[in-house]
Amino acid sequence: MFYRNVDEGKVISQEEISDGIFSLWIKNEGANEAGAGQFVGVYPKDKSTLLMRPISICETDKEAGSMRLVYRVAGKGTKEFSSLKKDDTVKILANLGNGFPVDEVKGKCIVLMGGGIGIPPMLGTAKALFGEDVHSYLGYRNNDTFLSDEFLKYSKVYLASEDGSVGVKGNVLDALRASINVKPDVIMACGPMPMLRAIKKYAEENNIKAYISLEERMACGVGACLGCVCKTVKKDDHSHVNNTRICTEGPVFDATEVDI
Amino acid sequence: MNTKVTIAGVEFKNPVMSASGTFGSGMEYASLVDLNKLGAVVTKGVSNIPWEGNPTPRVAEVYGGMLNAIGLQNPGVDVFIERDLSFLSKYDTNVIVNVCGKSVEDYIEAVERLNDTNADMFEINVSCPNVKEGAIAFGQKADALFNITDKIKKVSKKPIIMKLSPNVTDITEMAKAAEAAGSDAISLINTITGMKIDIERRKFVLANKTGGMSGPAIKPVAVRMVYQCANAVKIPIIGMGGIMTGEDAVEFLMAGATAVAVGAANFINPSAMIDVIDGIDNYMRKHNVSDINEIIACV
Repeated sequence: MFYRNVDEGKVISQEEISDGIFSLWIKNEGANEAGAGQFVGVYPKDKSTLLMRPISICETDKEAGSMRLVYRVAGKGTKEFSSLKKDDTVKILANLGNGFPVDEVKGKCIVLMGGGIGIPPMLGTAKALFGEDVHSYLGYRNNDTFLSDEFLKYSKVYLASEDGSVGVKGNVLDALRASINVKPDVIMACGPMPMLRAIKKYAEENNIKAYISLEERMACGVGACLGCVCKTVKKDDHSHVNNTRICTEGPVFDATEVDI
Repeated sequence: MNTKVTIAGVEFKNPVMSASGTFGSGMEYASLVDLNKLGAVVTKGVSNIPWEGNPTPRVAEVYGGMLNAIGLQNPGVDVFIERDLSFLSKYDTNVIVNVCGKSVEDYIEAVERLNDTNADMFEINVSCPNVKEGAIAFGQKADALFNITDKIKKVSKKPIIMKLSPNVTDITEMAKAAEAAGSDAISLINTITGMKIDIERRKFVLANKTGGMSGPAIKPVAVRMVYQCANAVKIPIIGMGGIMTGEDAVEFLMAGATAVAVGAANFINPSAMIDVIDGIDNYMRKHNVSDINEIIACV
């Protein structure tokens, strides 16, 4: 599963699924090779915004040869993408990084955890694990639970919200602790850094294998610039220092290997 | 149509190369770019021992460019020779190894280790704005630059290119010092020191507070400095700073550069260097230029 190219993506559809969160379907060559948890770099057309925007792949549709990107408008680049309409083209660097090791966890009790804009890549992961014993824990700020219905197609779903308006009041780990019958063998997660730190700690304390997807400001996306590194516990095989490239060795890491 | 240029006796099939730090050692981009088409690959800075670099965030976008404060993370010269240089030996392109250090001894140790490799030239990084010790300390005072150039030149078996910082009062003084100490060529400009503040969080965007600015917004500064240096020294100049297209490259050649390097553009368009090479060819055809050397320093 290695496809790497600058693709001309054709927009199939785009809709705002929540306040400031957009769901964009594009048809591009790399879509069929994309794995759960990989990401793409989307290039803005505006020349004052130069760098690609790393956006996780939410899911793919192999029959249509398309991929879905669900992203939050955070600045000028994503603002531009939010105006893309059907049949527009968009340049993307696809596919980047290593995704979740879905083939290695089959037959186990798998817990997926997504927090906020870290939820989208977990949908494709749930889809890739369809038929397995999968439990998705999704953490939101409030009752705007974008994408949560779609997880129901592939997994059991447990919600948490910061304001307590839906599901368990608190975060995804509070929701996991509340569901006493779920005993995960493995956790796969994407979300804000405090959530990932807590999951790493929880997994280590409870002897659970955990894979976490990290993000960092990125320039090249292909491992050349060393902009997006993360501290590692041991010396990294590529860098020969205690730093690893999130875009290339990640974004998904075994939680015990990174120092976050 | 001739696109070959020669720098310090080393012939380049065309004048386009990568700017150090933006292209790894070519390996990272090899599936996207045919390295055989490039005039040279200039590798990411390498030091005598592995360097960890700076904390993150290390990069930030700014209007028309970007800031970086990577801090010269590299695996050290031993791994570099074994892995990166052997990889590059498979390609039909020149290899220029960028060398960094914290002391004169560091630079000398790295150069001595690299002397008997397939590297064609060494580019000496005395202008990285993102490391506290060494590096730029040698590139902002003419006497310090003379001293380190002289010492490296004495041990180097390959031609050396001193890479100059734009963060000086008069870059021609630096160019003259490098030339006087025996540097075979100079390259300029390294990045311009900048800063970005996140006004919502009231914090610096980069962990290092400052970073080096690159990208199309810095091009006019770079063209001006290349022109000034070309009029101050006789040694060849490799020009860089914001080159995005063949037309940009032609501008640098006309200002007096013998070759050009493409940096941030690689991030924006992985085939940027190929586009620059094709763009130069198109310019030459359109303007009936039969030899690229005709336009070097023509203004």
